[in-house]
Amino acid sequence: MPDLSQLTLKQITGALRKGDYSSRELAQAYLDRIELLEPQLNAFISIEPENVLEQADKADHQLAAWRKNAATNLQPLLGVPIAIKDVLCVSGLRCTAGSRILENFKPVYDATAAARLIAAGALVLGKTNTDEFAMGSSTENSAYGVTRNPWDPNRVPGGSSGGSAAAVAANMAPVALGTDTGGSVRLPASYCGVTGIKPTYGRVSRYGLIAFGSSLDVVGVLGQDVEDVSWIFNLIAGHDPLDSTSVDTPVPQFSFKQPPETILNSLRIGVPQEYFISGMQLEVEARVKEAINIMQDHGALIETISLPHTEYSVPVYYLIAPAEASANLARYDGIRYGPRVDADSIQAINSQTRGEKFGPEVKRRIMLGTYALSAGYYDAYYGQAQKVRTLIKNDFERAFEKVDIIAAPVAPSTAFKIGEHSDDPLSMYLEDIFTIPANLAGIPGLTIPAGLDQSRLPVGIQLMGAPFNEDLLFKVGNAFQAITQHHLEKPIEKTTR
Amino acid sequence: MSLTLEEVEYIAELARLSLRPEEKEIYRDQLSKILDYASRLGNLDTTLVPATFSVVPYHTALRPDHSRPGIGEKKLLLNAPLTEEGQFKVPPILD
Repeated sequence: MPDLSQLTLKQITGALRKGDYSSRELAQAYLDRIELLEPQLNAFISIEPENVLEQADKADHQLAAWRKNAATNLQPLLGVPIAIKDVLCVSGLRCTAGSRILENFKPVYDATAAARLIAAGALVLGKTNTDEFAMGSSTENSAYGVTRNPWDPNRVPGGSSGGSAAAVAANMAPVALGTDTGGSVRLPASYCGVTGIKPTYGRVSRYGLIAFGSSLDVVGVLGQDVEDVSWIFNLIAGHDPLDSTSVDTPVPQFSFKQPPETILNSLRIGVPQEYFISGMQLEVEARVKEAINIMQDHGALIETISLPHTEYSVPVYYLIAPAEASANLARYDGIRYGPRVDADSIQAINSQTRGEKFGPEVKRRIMLGTYALSAGYYDAYYGQAQKVRTLIKNDFERAFEKVDIIAAPVAPSTAFKIGEHSDDPLSMYLEDIFTIPANLAGIPGLTIPAGLDQSRLPVGIQLMGAPFNEDLLFKVGNAFQAITQHHLEKPIEKTTR
Repeated sequence: MSLTLEEVEYIAELARLSLRPEEKEIYRDQLSKILDYASRLGNLDTTLVPATFSVVPYHTALRPDHSRPGIGEKKLLLNAPLTEEGQFKVPPILD
């Protein structure tokens, strides 16, 4: 078995086809790695070793048959292990959304994104840890424990897809699905030094995704490099009749055969002045600017732009997202699924089940949202937020008339210490300041590693594009990864045996 | 802006969240701070600005009006805390 930290999807699928190792050996290697690191990192909520090995054996059977007769069609991801964030349903596999209120919930259908990867032959290693109902920026809000950052176990991996990011960074899975409502793929990707895409809203079906903010939620991908991430994106993206917000726009097939200079030459990159704020970590600013300079050295045209309503993104988001969440989480009532706290009346069952089984951040957001939507306050809060959202969306539209992509930091700092924001929810919300705008506007965003700070913590750079321009983001990101080595950096193993 | 304890209790009732007394005060404080921060949106003049309800081009997803099999009673009851004769069991709604 080769070193897992050197394996990309291309290498895995090539090796499996040649028979260098079997899918079972590969799955076992990842399971062994999970067993080694999980006590410290807690990246997974559920792991299914028997199921995975059973599926691996089936894959090996098909691979053997294919080696005898190459005329049969092989599924593109046959025998490849993947991890899935525990807000996406996989039939028969416990799905908790990081909450006690879904403690023993077993979905009876697959999320479309998961189904497409399973149909492509992928093996589901397990469900990764998440902030409860994807509400959080650190994966500290999970009812199943904190996930630790593989680069420094005293620090958060970011959130809410922290489990997925940590799993990929620590080579417990080659790729993982995540979700991004306010930055929940891009931020943990940045904190964990991996590549992550938040697609355009409507690009990937939300069927089977446990809903948080329905006008904001997007299924995304985390992986070791742009090529792997784009491959998974290609398999999951595309219209789904089961999701009425999924868009019927063709998904382009990417070609990475062009040399980096061709992509970067004359590429117009906008750098938004509002994303370089006082108080942000100096090394974050430095790494991001160095990355932009490298692109400029290879022919890109850099232009400072203004996205004037950026400062309103966080308040807009923390009215719209909780409002939508308050509606989406009304279904958790102790009646049809999940645990029930017994009481004499339906209302008491609802209130006590929810009061006891939801965590504090979830309750906070439900109440925020309920207030923002309540009679007498709707216009001033939710109504006003929806209008300011238009202003933020328009800022981007105007920018993309002048530039091809926007390059910006992902977060004001590198990974913070576990517990650092525990006493002040608002200070936690401000970590999302650079990621939220893309969700409000619905545009795609790609995090790629841009280097480390002095404490050897990863810094990511974010590339944002016009709606449905993931292919341009992937081409630029891939070009950057062809001329730099940041994405190849790995955390130093500190586990003792 | 500052929420009163009564307002917090009212919101909790609307949201069907039973809160312990000490929780009420903590949330009162936290929610007040967050709403205070969010109220800066009032500084913007949005009189001529339309609301964004959807970031994708608005479209109505239609399908042919043909019936299809559903998930089925058995599967739908699998996760229920309490069932009886193929139904979710609940306390009486009407007196």
